Amino acid sequence: MNFAPKAVILLAVLGLAACNNPDKYGSGNGVVDPGGVYGGGDGSVSQGSISDPNSPAYFNATVGDMVHFVVDQSTLNDEARNILMGQAKWLNAHGKYSAIIEGHADEQGTREYNLALGARRASAVQEFLISQGVSASRLRTVSYGKERPLAVCSSEDCYSKNRRAVTVISLGAGS
Amino acid sequence: MFRFALAALAALMIGPGAALAQQGPLHIEIDEGVIEPLPYALPSFVAETGGASEMAAQISQVINADLSGTGLFRQIPENAYLQRFSSFDTPVSYADWQAINAQALIVGGVSTSGGKVVVKFRLFDVYSNQQLGDGQQLAASPQSWRRLAHKVADVIYSRITGESGYFDSRVVYVSESGPKDKRLKRLAIMDYDGANVNYLTDSSTIVLAPRFSPTGDRILYTTFETGFPRIKLMNVGNVSGQLLPEVPGTMTFSPRFSPDGGSIVYSLEQNGNTDLWKMSASGGAPTRLTNSPAIETAPSFSPDGSRIVFESDRSGGQQLYIMPAGGGEPTRISYGDGRYGTPVWSPRGDMIAFTKQAGGRFFIGVMRTDGSEERLLTASFLDEGPTWSPNGRVIMFTRESPGAGGGAQLFTIDISGRNLKKVGNAGGASDPAWSPLLP
Repeated sequence: MNFAPKAVILLAVLGLAACNNPDKYGSGNGVVDPGGVYGGGDGSVSQGSISDPNSPAYFNATVGDMVHFVVDQSTLNDEARNILMGQAKWLNAHGKYSAIIEGHADEQGTREYNLALGARRASAVQEFLISQGVSASRLRTVSYGKERPLAVCSSEDCYSKNRRAVTVISLGAGS
Repeated sequence: MFRFALAALAALMIGPGAALAQQGPLHIEIDEGVIEPLPYALPSFVAETGGASEMAAQISQVINADLSGTGLFRQIPENAYLQRFSSFDTPVSYADWQAINAQALIVGGVSTSGGKVVVKFRLFDVYSNQQLGDGQQLAASPQSWRRLAHKVADVIYSRITGESGYFDSRVVYVSESGPKDKRLKRLAIMDYDGANVNYLTDSSTIVLAPRFSPTGDRILYTTFETGFPRIKLMNVGNVSGQLLPEVPGTMTFSPRFSPDGGSIVYSLEQNGNTDLWKMSASGGAPTRLTNSPAIETAPSFSPDGSRIVFESDRSGGQQLYIMPAGGGEPTRISYGDGRYGTPVWSPRGDMIAFTKQAGGRFFIGVMRTDGSEERLLTASFLDEGPTWSPNGRVIMFTRESPGAGGGAQLFTIDISGRNLKKVGNAGGASDPAWSPLLP
């Protein structure tokens, strides 16, 4: 018999994340993972001051970078629409920025389905922003499924926070 | 329960790794649901060369762990044995083994020389006073000694159950560490029993749901290394990988090989809608398999490659559907309460394993390919992602515990619903995919 061992070598280096790596997980309140372990690196934007209406920090904290969804749904409720109208207004006034919309799901679902569900949510936000006049070329979507919860308890308190779409501001007028 | 035929067993020449189907006096009929494991004796294998005793003890240990771990066999402790083997060829005193109620006896010898480990073994049917099958000899390099042990255990399992074994196999999975909201994930491979862990990626980016190629030499998985979910194809031998081509502005995930390894079925998301697509593993234009506004994902081929089972929420919640491998009208097969996802076709072709969600709980279950005879095998806060052992007798899956300190671990369960076990002693782990039996 042939018992030649399969050599499995530790992969030393992976390619670095692309420069538009979103990976912010909707940290909100102007606190953005500064590269860090998941670091997007170059895509990270100077957040500026919350009191400066032209800053991403103001967008995150005051306009509101996040909307929430009910279980297994991607429908935008009135509260979400209000927040997104504010986002659209801000984006329309600040053309030097573009945005990546992250869709997330709570942990009550299978992994791959939740990826698809997060994409639905991100896309619902994207479509609404486009309907409010934001150029499609400035908006991209990504789904993290259930991989990046914001709140870590296993009850509805946390699940309702995790079923979210987060608009992450980045530099650049889009592609 | 055990079935004992009276007919004398004809000795068979048994090629290594062959699937065995003979039935003899010593036989477990697995389908009848084994509740009382078969007692066997395995005196620590005889060291036939100086310096081989540690290797002999280790190999004996792994064989015992394999056999006992199935729940079908129980080792009688060595201190109860009446006969000692000073040599591999010591004649068996059947009365001594009958006296301690051993039904099977496994005698082996181990030698090490010239950079090789050689294992010899014989299996005896104690109550028929005869050897079961021919003796066998296997050789490997010293670092592959565990594979030798697994091979021996596979032959023994196979001779007694009449089915092929699953011990000489590996599992690719996602190794997890770190807190729940910043979990680090890296691709890893281990032996089926959790030994010999090797990492295939570092933890710089999220990786999900790997799958082996039918020959086990390649792995498909989803990676966020570009910032967006993309499918990567990795060569296990040299750990080199390449991203599969994709349409800009889309997400691709949930990749699976066809049984011939020639094509890849996967989910592609565009404008929020996820459908199933297929591409050749050697390149070429992808073709679309489903076209609905619902989520279609988690495909799995039938072993003959003719059909694909997948999940879709086109009826409202996740349910299981089967369609021709080239696309076409799907037939819904799951109709119970709750949601059904992650279907995986069994290697025997007769069943589909799935994740079910109902009443705030998760279950791993199996059903016939027409959706009948649904049986739930496990239940917990969060069980998901079943994968079949190469012989279709055992299912491995992810079990996640709740709360801020919750984490994922791998478990196995027999398809009878018995013998729930945690796999290995490693830290967090999820998304297992079982390899075929190694050559």
